[in-house]
Amino acid sequence: MEWIQQLVNGISLGSIYALIALGYTMVYGIIKLINFAHGDVFMLGAFIGFYAIARWDIGFFPALIISMVLCAIIGVIIERVAYKRLRNATRIAALITAIGVSLLIEYTVIFFRGASPEAYPEVLPKTYIDIFGVSISSISILILAVTVVLMILLQFIVHKTKIGKAMRAVSLDPDAARLMGINVDNTISATFAIGSALAGAAGVIFGVYYTRIEPLMGVLPGLKAFIAAVFGGIGSIPGAMVGGLSLGVVETVVSALGFSLWRDAAAFVILILILILKPSGIFGKNTREKV
Amino acid sequence: MAEKKTLKRFASVFLASSLIMGALAGCNSEGTSTAGGGSSSDTTSDVIKIGANLELSGAVASYGSSIANGAELAVEEINAAGGIDGKQIQLVKVDNKSENSEATNAAIKLATQDKVTAMIAPATSGNVIATAQIANQYKIPTVTASGTAPNVTENEDGTLNDFVFRTCFIDPFQGIVAANFASNELGAKNVAIYADNASDYAKGLAKSFKEQIEANGGTVVAEEAYVADDTDFKSTLTRIKSANPDFIFIPGYYEEVGLIVKQARELGIEAPLMGADGWDSPTLVELAGAEALNNTFITNHYSSQDPEETIQGFVEAFKGKYSESPNAFHALGYDTVYYIKDAIERAGSTDGEAIQKALAETQDLSLITGTFSVDEKHNPVKSATVLEYVDGNQVFNSKVNP
Repeated sequence: MEWIQQLVNGISLGSIYALIALGYTMVYGIIKLINFAHGDVFMLGAFIGFYAIARWDIGFFPALIISMVLCAIIGVIIERVAYKRLRNATRIAALITAIGVSLLIEYTVIFFRGASPEAYPEVLPKTYIDIFGVSISSISILILAVTVVLMILLQFIVHKTKIGKAMRAVSLDPDAARLMGINVDNTISATFAIGSALAGAAGVIFGVYYTRIEPLMGVLPGLKAFIAAVFGGIGSIPGAMVGGLSLGVVETVVSALGFSLWRDAAAFVILILILILKPSGIFGKNTREKV
Repeated sequence: MAEKKTLKRFASVFLASSLIMGALAGCNSEGTSTAGGGSSSDTTSDVIKIGANLELSGAVASYGSSIANGAELAVEEINAAGGIDGKQIQLVKVDNKSENSEATNAAIKLATQDKVTAMIAPATSGNVIATAQIANQYKIPTVTASGTAPNVTENEDGTLNDFVFRTCFIDPFQGIVAANFASNELGAKNVAIYADNASDYAKGLAKSFKEQIEANGGTVVAEEAYVADDTDFKSTLTRIKSANPDFIFIPGYYEEVGLIVKQARELGIEAPLMGADGWDSPTLVELAGAEALNNTFITNHYSSQDPEETIQGFVEAFKGKYSESPNAFHALGYDTVYYIKDAIERAGSTDGEAIQKALAETQDLSLITGTFSVDEKHNPVKSATVLEYVDGNQVFNSKVNP
């Protein structure tokens, strides 16, 4: 029974990683940028949701939607202000800018509200379902459901809508896409909007599930989600989902075996191994280097 | 990873520059004081400056600000009653942001710029240790209100930190009290320990608890660890649950403990949970929820429900100023100021070495958190209180003498 419980724990953790990893992977897929500020958008999402619930006294779903919308706007602003003018600069310049944006967001939040943590209010009714001695809280089922719905929605947007088609086209070849009459700037903004909205949703879900939020909470989950994205194959949407869920389960298994202090190390060992053995990840395409 | 590196680089440059600035500022103020002559020595003679190097923001801000509030009340009372030998006390507060390096910087600032007579050291043991060298170097008597690790006053090699003292009891004592409570009051046989591996405080408690519970005939069926800033404890708790303990000891600080208690109850762990003074914060109740905290216990320095007369007098005075009930950190902060005051009075001067000697010779000093004498390792010998959480409130359970 212990192992089924551990699997449930791992999937709950993994679905949060997966939601954040999607934003990493989408942005990388379209402009080849590792957006290190993504973990901080996740943090902002958690705080927006917190203030929405605690101050305006609204329920979980309205807070989730408000947080997603505001994070989408924040994501577009970050892209327009910080990354757009660097689109033709070297990739290292864009990467360093991303780190700068990340620190800017973290310390702006600390400046305005201090570094002390906040406890998420209990917005969802808590009941436990006992199946063969495995205790599953209604919240973790709901979280999994919300995650799955958002992922299906994302698949729908990417594969069935016009903007999704434009995203795939820009990701494949921005110049050719522009020649075909696709507005590349708007498509990139849309990608940032969708990715950031998912990070915002992950922030609210994290808050409800784990209770404690603080201004530097985005750093470690951000890095873990990055690992998940690389593991699944950066640039691949199904890869981010599978990568996130597997990373959550792997971390849980490491703790379950009694090596809880090695949990973070295990995640980074995965990153190193995947970069050595299969840099394109599980679902990544092998691209030939153009000479 | 890249972020961490840049942060470190930034921090080291910042630290170096602030050290230089501090040194320069030190020179400056010395220059002006000699130039000012008589007038500046006049101002120093009618106030006694006590520095407070505390966690006013950051991870354990709740401890630092509680100590500051308690200390302020004590300073107010002493000043209203005429001060120390006619001199008013001035409290100089510096925020160390709950970080070791900032605690050192704050101590340097208090020693060199503010030229304080005595210091209230940070709340957590690690931060106190980071200031010990400065206290010894500048010969400023430093008293921590709540740094409970043994190596705060005594270094690993057995030498004493001459100028470092404390108002609280030490960790091994709390661990022993918890173990005796578990076996005698709760009848626990198979216990689990889940400790914060990143803190000397928690590791010290876990060690003494384990030794005592085994001496009492109990068995440790699971021994697990976590690291500060973790948020997901479910996998390890599931592992603990499968070992089926009838008591779980969780030494650590409220930020993680709040989440551990909540997640433990979510997984259906019904066993009594117990911790120490690191749990004592209103944030714990917010994080864990009042219901999850039922059937949990802590050892602590004092209880506001203790019927003793002096304690109730303090509780009333505190409520009058802050309109809340004082917790242990409030009481310890309050006591720390009186402890320093008592030593300065007995020393009869504001000379660092004289005060240091008076602190070390303290006998049967009666304060809110108990009556104590200081032993040869600068530790007060005093009693501990066991509290139980009932619907989110701490309820006085019993008092244990050393």
